[in-house]
Amino acid sequence: MSSAHLPLPAASPARGFSASHYLVCFKGIVWREALRFLHQRERFISALVRPLLWLFIFAAGFRQVLGVSIVAPYKTYILYEVYIAPGLAGMILLFNGMQTSLSMVYDRETGSMKTLLVSPLPRWFLLVSKLVAGVAVGVVQVYVFFAIAWFWEVRPAPMGYITVLPALILAGLMLGALGMLLSSLVSQLENFAGVMNFVIFPMYFASSALYPLWRVRESSPLLYDICLANPFTHAVELIRFALYGQLDPTSLWVTLGCTVVFLGGAVIAYDPARGVIGRKRG
Amino acid sequence: MLTAAPPPALEIEGVSHSYGSRKALDDVSFEVPSGSFTALLGPNGAGKSTLFSLITRLFVTRHGAIRILGRDLAAEPGEALRRLGVVFQARTLDLDLSIRQNLVYHAALHGVPRRPALARIDEILAGSDLLERLGDKARHLSGGQLRRVEIVRAFMHRPQLILLDEPTVGLDIRSRAEIVAEVRRLVREEQASVLWATHLIDEIDESDSVVVLDRGRVLAKGPVSEVVEDEHAGSIREAFSRLTGMAVPASDREAAA
Repeated sequence: MSSAHLPLPAASPARGFSASHYLVCFKGIVWREALRFLHQRERFISALVRPLLWLFIFAAGFRQVLGVSIVAPYKTYILYEVYIAPGLAGMILLFNGMQTSLSMVYDRETGSMKTLLVSPLPRWFLLVSKLVAGVAVGVVQVYVFFAIAWFWEVRPAPMGYITVLPALILAGLMLGALGMLLSSLVSQLENFAGVMNFVIFPMYFASSALYPLWRVRESSPLLYDICLANPFTHAVELIRFALYGQLDPTSLWVTLGCTVVFLGGAVIAYDPARGVIGRKRG
Repeated sequence: MLTAAPPPALEIEGVSHSYGSRKALDDVSFEVPSGSFTALLGPNGAGKSTLFSLITRLFVTRHGAIRILGRDLAAEPGEALRRLGVVFQARTLDLDLSIRQNLVYHAALHGVPRRPALARIDEILAGSDLLERLGDKARHLSGGQLRRVEIVRAFMHRPQLILLDEPTVGLDIRSRAEIVAEVRRLVREEQASVLWATHLIDEIDESDSVVVLDRGRVLAKGPVSEVVEDEHAGSIREAFSRLTGMAVPASDREAAA
C-alpha cells in the first residue's frame, strides 16, 4: 500500500477540555465500575454476607458478654447489634475501598489500567472519578445492609437513613483513597494478602467498630490511644452519629483530613512525573 | 496566502531513559512525518516498549522532549494525548465487558458521549464481521479478534497519530495479515499518521518510513528505500541485518517456523 504520506484530517480538536468532556469521562468511569460490580454477583453477595454474619452470629453470641452502657449518640441502653451496625457499615466501606485497590492492582497487571491512564484528561480527575465510582458502589451495599439489619432490630429514625448518607460518602472516600494509595505501593496481586493482614484487620479491630472506646481504655490505655489514632475509628463514629441525626465534629475533621492526605498521596503516586508508578517497569 | 507546513505527527528529541543503572534508551531522536506510516523496527529488548511508555506518558520523560502534532508532552499532556490513539503490546481490553461496552468506555475516557460513540462504532466497523460480535464479552473472542477490537478502539476518538506496539505478536500468520490490512485500511480512511513498532520485517512496506532501533539507540531512519540505499543493501531485511549485526531469516514466516 502506498501509505507513506497521507493527507491530514481537516480539523484538529479544539484546544482545552470543556465541562462536558469531564462529565462524559466521569459518567463513563462510573458506568464501567457499575457494570463490573453487576457482573460480579459473588462480590456483591460476599460484601453483604460478611457484615451480616457479624450481625447475626457474632453480635448474637456476644450480646450478653459485651453489654453496652449508654454512650453518645445513644440515649438509652441498646442492643449490641445496634451498637455494631455502624461499624459493620464501615466494614463494608473498608472492604469496598480495598476492593478498589485490588481491582486497580489487577487492572495494572492485566494492562487495562493503561486504557485509563492514557486518557487526555488530568490524572487526578481520572483517579477521583474512579474513587467516586467505587464509593457509589459501596454506599449502595451499605443501604442494602441497613435494609436487612432493620429486620434485626437495628432501626434508627427514618431521617437517620438520609443524614447518614454524607457520612457514608465521606467515609467511603477516605477508605477508597487509602485503597488507591495502597494500590500504588503493591506491585503484584500476590502481595495483596499483606494488605489484608496489615491494613484491613488492624484497622477494623483497633477501632470503635466492635466495642466502645471507654471499654478499650479500661483494659489497655495504649490500645485506646491506638484506636483513637486509627482513621477508621473516626469514620465509624462519623457514621454512628450521622445515623442518629448528629454530627461528631472531631470525626468529621479527622475523616476529611485523612481523605485529603490519602487522595493527595494517591494522585502523587500515580503521577508519572512524581510517583512510584512511572518508575516501575511495566 | 501561504500556509505553514503542518508539524510532524511525532517528534522525539534526544530522549534517554534508564531502569536503575541500565540504559534502555540513549539519546533517541526521530520524527514521524504527518501522514506517514513509520515502522519502528528493532529486535526484542531494543527499547520500543519503553519509548511507547514515554510517548503515552505512562513514564515521565526526564531527558529529552516529545511532541505530538507540535504539542509538547511535558507542557501540554492533555492536548498531546487527545491526538493520540494507542494499541499496547499487552492486551488492555476489559474481558468482563462486551466489545461495545469496551469501545464506549474508551470513547468516554476521551470525552466522547455514548450516542456519538455508538455511531462511530457503526462507522468504523461497517462491513466488518466484528459488528455481529459487539454484544459478546471480550473474553469470548479469539486473540486475533481481540487485537482487531483494540485497533478499532484506538481509532474511536479520531486521533491523528496512532501508536501500535507489536500488535501482531502471538498471532498466527493469517491473523497477522488481517491485522496489518485492517490497520492500513483504517489509516487510509482516517488519514492518520502511524508509528508501528515491530521486529517482524515482513510487516514493513516499501513505501513506509522506518526507524531502526537497537539496544536503545537509533541506528538508521528515513524512507525504507533510503535506508536500504544507505546500507548498500538489496532489501530492508538485509539493511536491518547489517545495521544490527543480527542474522535475519529470509522471512518472518521462516522465523516463526
